Amino acid sequence: MKATNIYRRTPSLKAILSCWQLYALLIPALVWVFVFAYYPMYGLIIAFKDYKIRAGILASPWARPAFKYFMQFFSTSIAWQAIRNTVIISLESLVIAFPIPVVFAILLNQIQKKSVQKTIQTISYAPYFMSNVVVVSVITVLFSANGVVNSIAGSLGGKTILFTSLPQWFRALFIGSNIWQTMGFNAVIFIAALTAISPDYYEAATIDGASRFQKILHIELPLIMPTVILMLILAIGNIMNIGYEKAYLMQNGSNTIVSELISTYVYKVGLQTAQYSFATAVGLFNSLVNFIILIIANKAAKKLSGISIF
Amino acid sequence: MTHKSNMKLSAADLAFNAINVIIMAFVCIIIIYPLYYVLLASVTDPVIVNSGKPLLWIERLYLNGFAETLSYNPLWTAYGNTIIYTLSGTAVSLAATIPAAYALSRKDMYGRKPVMFIFTFTMFFSGGIIPLYITIRSLGLYNSIWAMIMPAAVSVYNLIVCRSFFESGLPDELLEAAKIDGCSDFGFFFKIALPLSTTIIAVMCLFYATAMWNQFFNALMYLQDDNKMPLQVALRNLVLMNQANQMGSSGDAMITKQKLAEQLKYCVVVVSAAPLLAAYPFLQKYFAKGVTLGAVKG
Repeated sequence: MKATNIYRRTPSLKAILSCWQLYALLIPALVWVFVFAYYPMYGLIIAFKDYKIRAGILASPWARPAFKYFMQFFSTSIAWQAIRNTVIISLESLVIAFPIPVVFAILLNQIQKKSVQKTIQTISYAPYFMSNVVVVSVITVLFSANGVVNSIAGSLGGKTILFTSLPQWFRALFIGSNIWQTMGFNAVIFIAALTAISPDYYEAATIDGASRFQKILHIELPLIMPTVILMLILAIGNIMNIGYEKAYLMQNGSNTIVSELISTYVYKVGLQTAQYSFATAVGLFNSLVNFIILIIANKAAKKLSGISIF
Repeated sequence: MTHKSNMKLSAADLAFNAINVIIMAFVCIIIIYPLYYVLLASVTDPVIVNSGKPLLWIERLYLNGFAETLSYNPLWTAYGNTIIYTLSGTAVSLAATIPAAYALSRKDMYGRKPVMFIFTFTMFFSGGIIPLYITIRSLGLYNSIWAMIMPAAVSVYNLIVCRSFFESGLPDELLEAAKIDGCSDFGFFFKIALPLSTTIIAVMCLFYATAMWNQFFNALMYLQDDNKMPLQVALRNLVLMNQANQMGSSGDAMITKQKLAEQLKYCVVVVSAAPLLAAYPFLQKYFAKGVTLGAVKG
């Protein structure tokens, strides 16, 4: 029986070959991951080269000094602005947007009627289906000068605000719409964790006379904490990859001072002005910072709570 | 929470429930109203819409915007492209993801862990957009349908969701029994595992098709010709880059044009989001299932 083979330390060649059909099933996805994920990683070396399209990756000459493009990036003022914008918007997203699905899941779980609970949940993740273009389009029409938001604000005595072009409103709109799009989707994971809690806990707490709120505090929160920490590590691990597609769509001439992120900058200098090596260097800087943050977050979580993703 | 208390609810609990219901109602309104508003605005007289007052129902029906939108050919070209990209892209994605997920779910496959690592590593580190762009160009995919399909063909997240399904949904005894009957791995996968996995196939179809339908940035980067652009790019050009006022036929009076320009934006948004929203109520159970599966092993 094959299942027993897993206990053997060094598998024989014959045993490995006997899985050949499983390896065959893996081939399409493996080919894909090497061509579209690992080959581009190899392509990162052009960050240290003077890449010429004609010459290709290998034959292009090395940049002198090797860190030429990194130094070029850090010497521009736009670099620091893009780094600052990326860090601020990422941290704000993490602090504001991360806890909301957890709270939503807990509150939803308190709704007694199963059918109502289900309906609310279905509604909550509907926006996840919307593309960023649709979401930004909806923001643009709702928040325009004569849009519905300004009219409601106006009837409450507020002045007309040009939300979509004022820099000070960019982050609020960006993060707010992110919450709108992903709250329900992100909550599903926590809802699953909550439903897995054994009813025994609640019964014991009820006998002890615990209130609703006490049950949340002393049963639900501690029991879903591992899931929360896991999701937090994953969120931190993607911190620098904050939705550049949406940021790019929300950008206009008047808000780039806050909306230019490292990733949108990479797209612009890389593909619109064809400075491939320079843009790759900027992108690599972003990926490395992101990866280091992930490793640190993972280590810290492992030390503090024993939970980690690897 | 399945548990039901036999005791009477305390005053504090009653207050908690009341506040909770209000919060939940508020959340639902915030989520639905923007979509409902856009839908209403697309069929309401622009004079009322432009006055900015919150719409609750159709006050004065005005369908010229839709008539104009539906007769605007470039939008239909983009629509056709998106449908082609979505159908072929989803087919390619399923063909790559499902067999691999099954193989990775088999604990008796040697090298399972390292292979899994090869996939998961790419979730946390990537070459970034420029090296991928160079890859696409050097493979000769630039400005072709493959540039839309291939970069997004495999999602490692979906692969993990799918693998979790096979791990929890197919009992080991089934495989053992089939093996005793002389069934090969291919035979088991195609004749037994796949027919038992219609749920996960539906989930994968839904996840991949939605992602393909919504693809925007890849089109911007890897496509060049206007007549190859998908719906999302057309939508962005019309609504966000204000090209909607070019839609009206040239004979229209200036007044009608201006009246229409704003409404056309709403109509285009509705037309592009409609298929997904219409399908959503029927597909959402698969969606929830998929997300929950992802959560188990995520």
